[in-house]
Amino acid sequence: MADIQYLPGKEPHPREHRLIFKNIDRQGWDTSIATYIADGGYEQLKKAVKMEPGAITDEVKKSGLRGRGGAGFPTGVKWGFIPPNNTKPVYLICNCDESEPGTFKDRYIVHQDPHQLIEGMVISAFAVGSHTAYLYMREEFPAAAETMEAAIEEAREKGFVGKNILGTGFDLEIYVHRGAAAYICGEETGLIESLEGKRPYPRIKPPYFPAALGLYMAPTIVNNVESLCHVKHIIEMGSDAYAKLGVERNTGTRILCVSGDVKKPGYYEVQVGTLTMRELLYDICGGPKDGREFKAVIPGGSSSKILRCDETFKIGRGEDAKDLDFWDIQMDFDTLAACGSMAGSGGVIVLDDSRKMSWVLNNINHFYAHESCGQCTPCREGNGWMKKLSDRIVNGEAAPEDIQTLEDVAYQIDGKTICAFGEASSWPVEAIIAKFRDELTAETSENNQYLSKEQLQREEFLTQ
Amino acid sequence: MSHEILEHAVASDTTPGTQHFKPFEASAEIEALADERITHYPVSKLSAVLPLLHIVQHHFGFISKEAIDWVANKLEIEKIKVLSVVTFYPGFRQSAPGKFHYRICRTLSCAMEGSYELMEKICEITNIDRTQLSHHQPIVVSPCGNYSVEFAECLASCGTGPVCLVNDDFHESVTPDKAQELIDKYQA
Ligand SMILES: Cc1cc2nc3c(=O)[nH]c(=O)nc-3n(C[C@H](O)[C@H](O)[C@H](O)COP(=O)(O)O)c2cc1C
Ligand code: SF4
Ligand code: FES
Repeated sequence: MADIQYLPGKEPHPREHRLIFKNIDRQGWDTSIATYIADGGYEQLKKAVKMEPGAITDEVKKSGLRGRGGAGFPTGVKWGFIPPNNTKPVYLICNCDESEPGTFKDRYIVHQDPHQLIEGMVISAFAVGSHTAYLYMREEFPAAAETMEAAIEEAREKGFVGKNILGTGFDLEIYVHRGAAAYICGEETGLIESLEGKRPYPRIKPPYFPAALGLYMAPTIVNNVESLCHVKHIIEMGSDAYAKLGVERNTGTRILCVSGDVKKPGYYEVQVGTLTMRELLYDICGGPKDGREFKAVIPGGSSSKILRCDETFKIGRGEDAKDLDFWDIQMDFDTLAACGSMAGSGGVIVLDDSRKMSWVLNNINHFYAHESCGQCTPCREGNGWMKKLSDRIVNGEAAPEDIQTLEDVAYQIDGKTICAFGEASSWPVEAIIAKFRDELTAETSENNQYLSKEQLQREEFLTQ
Repeated sequence: MSHEILEHAVASDTTPGTQHFKPFEASAEIEALADERITHYPVSKLSAVLPLLHIVQHHFGFISKEAIDWVANKLEIEKIKVLSVVTFYPGFRQSAPGKFHYRICRTLSCAMEGSYELMEKICEITNIDRTQLSHHQPIVVSPCGNYSVEFAECLASCGTGPVCLVNDDFHESVTPDKAQELIDKYQA
């Protein structure tokens, strides 16, 4: 790999370890199959189709790969949930809805390295016994939809997709399916409903776990773009070597997408958990903008709970409990969960001391109020209400008790909805209030009182 | 179901942008594109509703009631099923946008880099009344019909904000001072 040159100004940072993003911004690279094959592409597919499908799933299990779409669920374990006595067709869906605010990694794969994803999808489909795969692509990636469709055609001509792949008798069709600008289509059961041609109302789990009752009520595996690309590298390296990357229970590499108030925002593929927050923000991202100080970080997409840069966390229980300073947090699934947040989708949003938390909160609330699918009352009404409350705070029209109301509404959504959007939308509110209550309260005033029509009539009556 | 319900429920009012788009017509080309897409869903034709609507919007700028009718007939489903999809997704429009449709990301990372100011500037240059933009009217067309604006939610390029889509073209790092440049790129 020593001979790889990157475009000027786009060279990876020395701390990066590029597997998935090896070809992103690479000099002389293009999306054609010839380029991909000249670089050793589709060799892993040739290797995989000679394996037993179950052996591939075992390799993925042993590699420790955890899903990169948000929840961090072990990929091989998910594949194992397809009922053993299944007689229905099995579907593989690649989730390229990429719409969690702060996340921008899948975009580069589908625009610049389509064949890596196709190779990962074909290997995965072979492993789970799927003959029809859909690539669910958000509508706002029109160029990528064309790139991917062209790449699928090229792969078909070479016998990597279609009937009798590489003479093995294995058939697989891959279709690109475009969404229509709705965040909820990223939630896997909402995605499935969307693919069935309906409004993307998420399904209730249980019983509708996709691995058993998914697309057309048949077993369906939904995986993120990055997760499916990792499968190719697991076959290439072998699960043991792959599992040596990263740290225990958090193996491999992952792409961290850093945006906001740092000198060098961007995408950085690193071994999971080998980097602390300090190293990420200072060494890789160049520290805060001139004259500024870091204030807080949203570590895994806008739905993850915010962390203050001056916070200390209690990690572990009983004898093993220890204090962990914010700057020493390792960027892995388990450490971030222990700090009360999550690694989520890898979208790290950095805020410096110039940012008002009320403004940040209000921007986030507008997103979730806009994107609630409207199926359950706590989420639909609650998100609209939270937006109105934070509108009031930023406009200087809030009363101190509005903060309490906002917090109460968030807790009335959290855990009381059909899909995890309920948590995704209430966690940011809960965390920002818990950690910045004084700052928010300082923007309210006792003079701002909101009375209902009945209360106003009563007041009027009493003063007459 | 009669056509009536569509008359009431679909807002295919004309806008200044209407002049730039042909009225919906199920030409042989459109039929062929649709037939090909339908083959991608061997289990259920209903699944083709999004792809068919995309074909319509791509060719005719928005989804008219005639188009809804055609999609419903094509897929042998009730019109209401098509309408329920059209009215759910922010990606489908029910009236004509401008010749150049600007979708500016308003989500956190882009807002931090100035995407709201970018929106102000673009509205100013194109004579669009920014105050008309609301939850109920997400798209506003310029009086000349050449431009329209809409706020988009996170376009998955948060590291290079502010970002925006102009029709199908993606633009990064469009700071408010580059608004004029972005308009000049798309001369009507
Ligand atoms: C509201 C919501 C939005 C989501 N958006 C996405 C998304 O844009 N992309 C994605 O890959 N996963 C998204 N997910 C997670 C998916 O439901 C699913 O867990 C994931 O695609 C599984 O893939 P993985 O196991 O490879 O991570 C979202 C989940 C929720 C609850
Ligand atoms: S939680 Fe929200 S997004 Fe999820 S099903 Fe309910 S209303 Fe829809
Ligand atoms: S916030 Fe604008 S692209 Fe993500």
